[in-house]
Amino acid sequence: MSAYDVEPGDRIHPGDPVIVDRYTTGARINHWITAASLVLLALSGLALFAPSLFFLTALFGGGPTTRMIHPWIGVVLFVSFAGLFLRFWNANLWKAEDGTWLARLRDVITAQQDKLPDVGKYNAGQKIVFWAMSILIVVLILSGLASWDEYFSQYTTVEQKQIAILVHDIAAIAIICVWIVHLYAAIWVRGTLPAMVRGSVTGGWAWRHHRKWLRELVAGKN
Amino acid sequence: MANFEFVLPPAPTQNVTPSYGEQDLVQRSASSVPPPARKLTEVAKLIDVSKCIGCKACQAACLEWNDVRIPVGENVGVYDNPPDLTPNMFTVMRFTEWVNPETQNLEWLIRKDGCMHCEDPGCLKACPAPGAIVQYSNGIVDFDHDKCIGCGYCVKGCPFNIPRISKVDHKAYKCTLCSDRVAVGQGPACAKACPTHAIVFGTKEEMKQHAAERVKDLQSRGYKNAGLYDPPGVKGTHVMYVLHHADQPELYAGLAKDPRISPLVELWKGAGKYAGLAAIGAFAAIGFVHHLVTGANRVSREDEDKAKQLTEGQSS
Repeated sequence: MSAYDVEPGDRIHPGDPVIVDRYTTGARINHWITAASLVLLALSGLALFAPSLFFLTALFGGGPTTRMIHPWIGVVLFVSFAGLFLRFWNANLWKAEDGTWLARLRDVITAQQDKLPDVGKYNAGQKIVFWAMSILIVVLILSGLASWDEYFSQYTTVEQKQIAILVHDIAAIAIICVWIVHLYAAIWVRGTLPAMVRGSVTGGWAWRHHRKWLRELVAGKN
Repeated sequence: MANFEFVLPPAPTQNVTPSYGEQDLVQRSASSVPPPARKLTEVAKLIDVSKCIGCKACQAACLEWNDVRIPVGENVGVYDNPPDLTPNMFTVMRFTEWVNPETQNLEWLIRKDGCMHCEDPGCLKACPAPGAIVQYSNGIVDFDHDKCIGCGYCVKGCPFNIPRISKVDHKAYKCTLCSDRVAVGQGPACAKACPTHAIVFGTKEEMKQHAAERVKDLQSRGYKNAGLYDPPGVKGTHVMYVLHHADQPELYAGLAKDPRISPLVELWKGAGKYAGLAAIGAFAAIGFVHHLVTGANRVSREDEDKAKQLTEGQSS
């Protein structure tokens, strides 16, 4: 019997330190394709969003190629993120302790770990990032298709395209902000990056940040 | 009463240097221009719908001057041919058959559609590519195809739905008001070709005066709502219409009654741009400051020991 948040591949290796497998090779490849797409989309999108950032089009071979390639990267991101969604959605379901964790956000940002409830594989902040990304990516692909004139120009009116672009802009700004939170959390909480780079974290990291998940893994071994 | 005073001069037979250029720009998309040293006289094309006979000479002249061709048309059940503006056809006669409820007369309203050369151009405002859309101080709004990236934002910014994106070179196209001809003292090709002088070209002031005479004439002949179409919502246009029913411009194949740049476009290109960049900057700044204040959230030796105890306690 495994808990809702124990994912395939999550495994404990006793030792000093204890090593806990957190992400499979497949999940990591999937994540980094998504990450690269998101960064490229943000750069190419911002280039077309703000005249002061138009120079970023040089990274993509000029204005016309930026315009051409941005939606295609969007398709890659959508498909890639769909893979992540299927892998991670179950472990990101909202649980009772998430509300408690979120209510103590002050202790979270001041790193008062001992005042926080034990949480599973993902804490409430990570779950919010996951669901925000999921919703925003759907909004972005739909509003993006509505303004992808190369192939879908005839399916929308000019007014619908205007709305689509405004929605696309707002969702894009929002997802960049969510991404900054995601990136910052991974940097601030030391020991997190190896989870997505090598696939594993130390037992101490799991004890400190995802104690419920660690206990489940230990219990599940029997 | 023939108004032939706007007959255009004969084409020059020797080299003429353009009378205006880059130095006369008042607006440049996604960038700024220094205020020009001089102000050109504002020009305008006046299209007198009441004089138009629907011959399409203007369309032919437009294709001719711009050296483009359109495929042989198909009859789609109306006289409009092609049925819409295309990346090659910058102007289209739009035919409307309308029964005037007051007189029970069938009125054939023929409006030459094309770029209106707005004083406040929505295409230019929406364009993200620096310098792809420019406006000269004489009022002409022109596209620079070398700088155009083909995104189609101009189509979304235009209150008249005019620009078209080419499927061939992925650039936006529309009427240039024959900027190249005007720069050498000529008028637009369509005006030159118009057999009834329904299309005339001159300074904006002259055109307004001429329109006033035409409106007076139309009113004396029973068109009491005749008037000039020079919509203030876009701060006036440099292509104007004389309409017999100026109170109902929609009659003329849906000519906008009160055109203005969509508030959605204003929001996305105006406040939204600054708010969006500010939000991104704020998130990044908060992260930076937070790290400075709290320092890294590190796993302690104690955490590792606890994990070890837990693991070994269960597995041994």
